[in-house]
Amino acid sequence: MRVLLAMLERGFDRIFGAANNPLHHLGALAFLFFWIVLASGIYLYLFFETSTAGAFRSVEYLTHEQWYAGGVMRSLHRYASDAMVVAALLHLVREFVLDRFRGFRWFSWVTGVPLLWLIFISGVNGYWLVWDRLAQYVAVAASEWLDWLGIFGQPIARNFLDQAVVSDRFFTLLVFLHIGVPLFLLAFSWLHVSRISRPRTLPPRALVIGATFMLLTLALWKPALSQGPADLDTVPAAVALDWFLLGGLPLLDAWGPGALWALAGGLTLLLILLPWLAPRRRPPVAVVDPPNCNGCGLCFADCPYAAVTMQPHPLRSGHRVAIVDPDLCASCGICAGACPSSTPFRSASELVTGIDMPQLSIHALREKLRDALAREQGEGAVVVFGCDHAVDVRALAQPGVAAFSLLCTAQLPPSFVDYALRHGADGVLVTGCKAADCHYRLGNTWVEQRLAGARQPHLRTHAARARVRIAWAGPADGAALRRALADYRAALRASASEAAPGSARTRGGAAHG
Amino acid sequence: MVEILRYAGQALAYALFAAGIGYFSTSPAHVVRREGDAVVKLAVTHAGRLAQPCRARSPEELARLAPNMRTPLDCPRERSPVEIRLELDGEPLYSAQVPPAGLARDGVSSVYRRFTVPHGVHRVRAALKDHLDLAEFNFTTDAEVTLAPGDVLVIDFQPAHGGFVLR
Repeated sequence: MRVLLAMLERGFDRIFGAANNPLHHLGALAFLFFWIVLASGIYLYLFFETSTAGAFRSVEYLTHEQWYAGGVMRSLHRYASDAMVVAALLHLVREFVLDRFRGFRWFSWVTGVPLLWLIFISGVNGYWLVWDRLAQYVAVAASEWLDWLGIFGQPIARNFLDQAVVSDRFFTLLVFLHIGVPLFLLAFSWLHVSRISRPRTLPPRALVIGATFMLLTLALWKPALSQGPADLDTVPAAVALDWFLLGGLPLLDAWGPGALWALAGGLTLLLILLPWLAPRRRPPVAVVDPPNCNGCGLCFADCPYAAVTMQPHPLRSGHRVAIVDPDLCASCGICAGACPSSTPFRSASELVTGIDMPQLSIHALREKLRDALAREQGEGAVVVFGCDHAVDVRALAQPGVAAFSLLCTAQLPPSFVDYALRHGADGVLVTGCKAADCHYRLGNTWVEQRLAGARQPHLRTHAARARVRIAWAGPADGAALRRALADYRAALRASASEAAPGSARTRGGAAHG
Repeated sequence: MVEILRYAGQALAYALFAAGIGYFSTSPAHVVRREGDAVVKLAVTHAGRLAQPCRARSPEELARLAPNMRTPLDCPRERSPVEIRLELDGEPLYSAQVPPAGLARDGVSSVYRRFTVPHGVHRVRAALKDHLDLAEFNFTTDAEVTLAPGDVLVIDFQPAHGGFVLR
């Protein structure tokens, strides 16, 4: 599954670029489609008549008399709803395949499950409002499905026995539901992203434009139409079904309501329990050392999961100290990379930083870097910093190349780049997950900003900045990364040979790979 | 050239996605009923009679009760299940004793069933008794109906209108 996904994503990377790859923004795309549904729904509501005869009539008016506005809005409403279903389901599958559903991520996963139900309920409820032949089928099928539960005083299906019993007040209730349920959907969406900081709820501008234009074109090319007024005194032979939102209803005829409840309930339960069915060994979480924490708040600002908070310092009056919530900590080490105390230039033999990862401490990283720099020096000598969730950079190690795999690339304090360049490395190659697809959400963004001097802590010198190359590469991009490394080393050698002796390290290749 | 190919690829990806959305939002059509089938809906909502008759309290019993609770009759709330039978052309379509709703079993008995039947002329017989102790069904109907393909026959129960209502 992962290989297939990697191949698919590589194809999309080529077409859209990694930063605009729609597969990297499925959750944000679902949000975008929701906003389109909401905006178009508000317009439709202005003209909708909440009565048995008026419902169909008003939708027909919007579709035909006002096709240039109301008709387009109706089509956008439908197609954006369908696209939201697709985006949400793909988002679920991708997170599962990439093993992003358990451990510290359980909350986001579990709160995502009710969203699927709320989308389904909103969709079914919305199709009732049109009150055409499809609405008639949906109303009868859905109410019979609900009645099987036996929790209602009287069967809901009684409301759809025949034309005579359908009341105008029932449409008022349906409209109320069609506003209320999407509001719940919005509230749960907020809950879904509440445990992460800086959630991406809008895709990049290029995708917003592309997706909106696509839906608009589809709306004009194939306008959403009604299927004749509902007539409960007869049963239509066939209906044109929206399989995205209503695809489960035909199973009622094939299996019966009990079996469909068993399937839907079983799947829901399975999805909810999934994070605990295959629990992952919990890696050590970040540890704060109060004597070395000056309360600067950089770790608090960079934590992608809001696991760090700032509290009054226990040792220094008037100062703050970082506190890590172990339940929220993703063990990514981004906080250690943000800590200004994480500098290898400190003279202490035992380098203790303000916030650190027990499994790969800043001290251990400095010792490894020192050992490597003692071996690899001179023209074309490159230190590679990568992460455990992208290409395994340890396979790149060779004469002249020292490679370090970090918990996340953003665990790298920029001062380590300065340190490597000052102690013998000719260049530093930084790699990790692809743009907009960091395993820990924000790691590669923070690294780019830190190395560009746009985010604290940043590289201290422009000279060092000129000798760093960034080459993001997903887990399946090993060959591309090897080529990038070879090109970089060749550029470093060429630069050194063109320059006067001793000046090579101030003129090395410096680009975004 | 590479840029042009990339934009063409994006256009193709958007077009394929839109085509998928456009197609599956209405197709393939779902066949709701076979050609020639009609539908019969049975819908009954009726409160059965009280399961136990009211009983007169003895003077001793009344004396034991608080003054404000001294009602002369003791009437248990529980209602009897309602027994319903439906036959089509002499063949049983539905037969059940429908229990009353509620934790105290004092609510109405409700049933809704939908049956697919061949179109044509049918003999419909429906019967209901609202207490299981009754020897005979106290509400019945017997009618001949003609159903065209796709027609819906509703067999509703409205005691105010004499019992079963076919429409």
